[in-house]
Amino acid sequence: MNLRRNWIAFQTIVIKEVLRFMRIWVQTVLPPAITTALYFIIFGGLIGSRIGEMDGLRYMDFIVPGLIMMTIITNSYANVVSSFYGSKFQHHIEEMLVAPIPNALIILGFVAGGVCRGLTVGVAVTLVSLLFSPFSMHNLGVTLSVVLLTSVLFSLAGLINGIYAKSFDDISIIPTFVLTPLTYLGGVFYSITMLPEFWQGVSHLNPILYMVNAFRYGLLGVSDINLWLSYAIILGFIAALFSFSLYLLNKGHGIRN
Amino acid sequence: MPKALSIRNLTKTYRNGFQALKGIDLDVEPGDFFALLGPNGAGKSTTIGIIASLVNKTGGEVSIFGHDLDREKDAAKACLGLVPQEFNFNSFEPVVEIVVNQAGYYGIPRRQAYERAERYLKELGLWEKRHETARTLSGGMKRRLMIARALVHEPQLLILDEPTAGVDIEIRRSMWAFLRKINAEGRTIILTTHYLEEAENLCRNIAIIDHGEIVENTTMKGLLGKLNVETFVLDLARPLAQLPQLPRHTLRWVDELTLEADIRKEDSVNQLFTDLAAADVQVLSLRNKTNRLEQLFMNLVKENRPS
Ligand SMILES: Nc1ncnc2c1ncn2[C@@H]1O[C@H](COP(=O)(O)OP(=O)(O)OP(=O)(O)O)[C@@H](O)[C@H]1O
Ligand SMILES: [Mg+2]
Repeated sequence: MNLRRNWIAFQTIVIKEVLRFMRIWVQTVLPPAITTALYFIIFGGLIGSRIGEMDGLRYMDFIVPGLIMMTIITNSYANVVSSFYGSKFQHHIEEMLVAPIPNALIILGFVAGGVCRGLTVGVAVTLVSLLFSPFSMHNLGVTLSVVLLTSVLFSLAGLINGIYAKSFDDISIIPTFVLTPLTYLGGVFYSITMLPEFWQGVSHLNPILYMVNAFRYGLLGVSDINLWLSYAIILGFIAALFSFSLYLLNKGHGIRN
Repeated sequence: MPKALSIRNLTKTYRNGFQALKGIDLDVEPGDFFALLGPNGAGKSTTIGIIASLVNKTGGEVSIFGHDLDREKDAAKACLGLVPQEFNFNSFEPVVEIVVNQAGYYGIPRRQAYERAERYLKELGLWEKRHETARTLSGGMKRRLMIARALVHEPQLLILDEPTAGVDIEIRRSMWAFLRKINAEGRTIILTTHYLEEAENLCRNIAIIDHGEIVENTTMKGLLGKLNVETFVLDLARPLAQLPQLPRHTLRWVDELTLEADIRKEDSVNQLFTDLAAADVQVLSLRNKTNRLEQLFMNLVKENRPS
């Protein structure tokens, strides 16, 4: 009975979350597709032709996995942070708090919503990329699992941001000052083997590097990083972020007086 | 049979140090229609917030139909439907989705949730608006939406925090009829309101809370019976030259065509008219100066003010 009730509640949150971003697809799905198309045209097409090869690949082909990953990261994060903050701001989080839904399930529901947004936009961007770069799939299992896990990870991070956020400014600070720099420095646009040794070392502290490389391995079969290390790091982050967000919700941080 | 609601020594101190509840005890019987009254800032919404798991309590115990809020949270929550004081739905969501989703949170399968949403939205006159986003509803419609949402899992206890605030007279009357009906079906209702006429009309039992303390908790009849003196306003047929002296009642001028008369509980209105007739005063109409409950309420709250 409890299991069935929880399953229905979970489904309900996911449906609500998906409908939310689909209702405003002009703000949620379309812009990333356009932005990424611009990246392809400018970096891949115009500048990329002068860069030559990267890791033995055409520059355009090299950046495709990174750009898809970047889109998935930012959209998973953005979806959950704005949805959760919005539900606090308009108080409709209370609809869930009065009902017999375990906090872990609220987290899973919001995360699933973030994953749906990440994947929807990821697919849109992948379709755009086909205009510029031939499709390639080195290992489907790795590709899908890395996409899914990364999306879960950044949905959780967005949730924690949403829990702490006290104003609309608070939901854009982390994406601007942390997420974007880490993504840009995470090997989306270059192979870290190009960097001096010291900066290569520093780059290894950036978790996004592991995701971008694991994903690039899945699609193209090349990576600067050991694949299993990538999985370990992603799963470790997921476990830590999940526990932390559960701790915050159990404490009622930001949602209960 | 367990109480619909049982509260023991409930305290709440907000993070800023403000003590909103100072140890409240309250029992509500199953099937009751109960009024929780009190002036602004008395602690009504705080109490309701704790019952509904939206506010963390500082101390004390709450149980709903015998389910303790700490030990059997889910069972307690399933028994409760809440209509909060402030609008708390996603104003960009269509009306029907708000109700259907709420049902989903309680584990009601989607198809059944639609059936129930249809039933309650129709009963509350919102079915035509089901596809509109909630922000396009009028204030009174938003209140009714929250009532439909609170009923969709058919809770045994319904708590309404000022459900008729900003609702026009006609709709208020239809809401009263609706609430009476679901109460007659066996659902326990707790209501807060600042319209005391509403509480007097609907509720059988009453608690008055002030400064975080219960200052009165009794039956509506019992409370109204405590009113020792009622004041009536008399509209006169002819202006009076001077204030008539009556043997049993005190009269006061309002203006030359209007008098106020105090009638003690042990005296009858008949007696007043007999005395007035003897004094050759002709009365056109008579009304209560204030609602009876209002008068009692003011007395109780005044007694409780620090002087
Ligand atoms: N989040 C909060 N932080 C600090 N104090 C609060 C908070 N919420 C309410 N209070 C205080 O607690 C007291 C009780 O508030 P509450 O909302 O329970 O009153 P109420 O009886 O519902 O009043 P009203 O009739 O105006 O709705 C008030 O003095 C209020 O200022
Ligand atoms: Mg209130």
